[in-house]
Amino acid sequence: MKKFLAQAYIWLLLIILYAPIVIIAIFSFTEAKVLGNWTGFSLRLYGNLLSGGVSSALVRAIFNTLSIGILAAIFSTILGSIAAIGIFNMKGRARKAITLLNDVPMLNPDIITGVSLFILFVAVGVTQGYITVVLAHVAFCTPYVVLSVMPKLRQMNPNTYEAALDLGATPGQALRKVIIPQIRPGMVSGFILAFTLSIDDFAVTLFTKGNQGLDTLSTYIYADARKGGLTPELRPLMTIIFLVVLLLLIVINLRSAKGKPKKIQRI
Amino acid sequence: MRIKRSSWAIPYGIFLILFVALPLLLIALYAFQDRSGAFTLQNFVKFFNTPEDLHTFVYSIEIALITTVLCLLFGYPAAWILANARLNRSAVTVILFILPMWINMLVRTLATVALFDFMKLPLGEGALIFGMVYNFLPFMIYPIYNTLHKMDGSYAEAAQDLGASPATVFTKVTLPLSMPGVWSGILMVFMPTISTFAVAELITLNKVKLFGTTIQENINNGMWNYGAALALIMLVIIAVTSTFTDEEDKRADEKGGLI
Repeated sequence: MKKFLAQAYIWLLLIILYAPIVIIAIFSFTEAKVLGNWTGFSLRLYGNLLSGGVSSALVRAIFNTLSIGILAAIFSTILGSIAAIGIFNMKGRARKAITLLNDVPMLNPDIITGVSLFILFVAVGVTQGYITVVLAHVAFCTPYVVLSVMPKLRQMNPNTYEAALDLGATPGQALRKVIIPQIRPGMVSGFILAFTLSIDDFAVTLFTKGNQGLDTLSTYIYADARKGGLTPELRPLMTIIFLVVLLLLIVINLRSAKGKPKKIQRI
Repeated sequence: MRIKRSSWAIPYGIFLILFVALPLLLIALYAFQDRSGAFTLQNFVKFFNTPEDLHTFVYSIEIALITTVLCLLFGYPAAWILANARLNRSAVTVILFILPMWINMLVRTLATVALFDFMKLPLGEGALIFGMVYNFLPFMIYPIYNTLHKMDGSYAEAAQDLGASPATVFTKVTLPLSMPGVWSGILMVFMPTISTFAVAELITLNKVKLFGTTIQENINNGMWNYGAALALIMLVIIAVTSTFTDEEDKRADEKGGLI
């Protein structure tokens, strides 16, 4: 009985949590303007995404989202990995200061990060657009890279790098042949995390995208929803986004489950 | 000569100063300046003399508190059941609760609009609170589930063996030990709720506004100094909440250690 009640509670919450997404998915297959009216099965809303006036702006927004995400992830992975090696070898007050500063973007609410970077770009007099958005994304993504690489450095034998140098490797060679191979898993998860955070971001992008008409998927959806609430064209778009996220998570989970003992695999 | 590897942190150190520390200092600087750059307290005086903004501020804190309390009320039992091996054996349900954390906030927000449209319910304050709880519930469940899941079950068993009733076991053992999770849950719900913007207007079709939107509107309309002052006020609230929960978290940790 107790188990039944517990399960009932869990599933009730899950139904409420997923009902809206299911509703959106179902009504993405009908043309009705008002959500809840069913005017017969139709793929026209999906078709509209691919053609007409909607498509070019939407395709550009998707392209921007992905390219900004990739650039931000590349830059923050490079910057963050080098920084992690440096911080790992630091001591005392300097290390404390940089670790503290590294925490700030993670603790700061998006809106504060957004406003503060907006004011910075205004104060410096930079025209805001693609580049400022990438810079802003690097700023809030890099701390996560640092945190992903750090544990790998701790697991590393510190003498291997010294040994490489003693055996005649240049610092560059030692980095490429000794350090990077050992911290690569941390760099990869940092890269994935940075990419995910970047494509998911809305607030920081909105503040730093300027007024030259640059849009990412988030700001595109925002602009569209501001005009007319949940417009019919958003229904197929949201359905696709949900399915892509679902697929990505399954892939990531399967990947990380590989090679782990069975017991952990379940979680 | 060998370059010291600690110097590798220098580029990032400079980057952090330029893109993290300096922008925050600029918020503080702009907040105490007028348009011409002269020192003034006018921005804060204006805030206290603008009933609309003051009201939005108080209202936002109310909404954030209500959201946090509701998330805790609904989330704790869920986390407890999920972590309880006798009541829940499936890992899938846990994943299903965590999954929405990965979906874009705007998409989740519009999902609330869809639900209310579908059920022909009015998009007002009720929808706003539902939407906030809907958005942030997973962020409450996850940390609490984590602490409960990692908790050593033998404490509860020992209490039971010593004759404690299930209710006593819960209030004296399980709940105190799960407090670190509760505090981080509160932090993970309260902070984003209070600083949220766009969510409220989208859910209520511009009928209700929260403080984040007030900041955004001012920045958008070129009132940078006033906007910076409002951002600084929010920053103070957030700093206070996070230190408070941090301390409670530490206290909870210490208490837990005593058992």
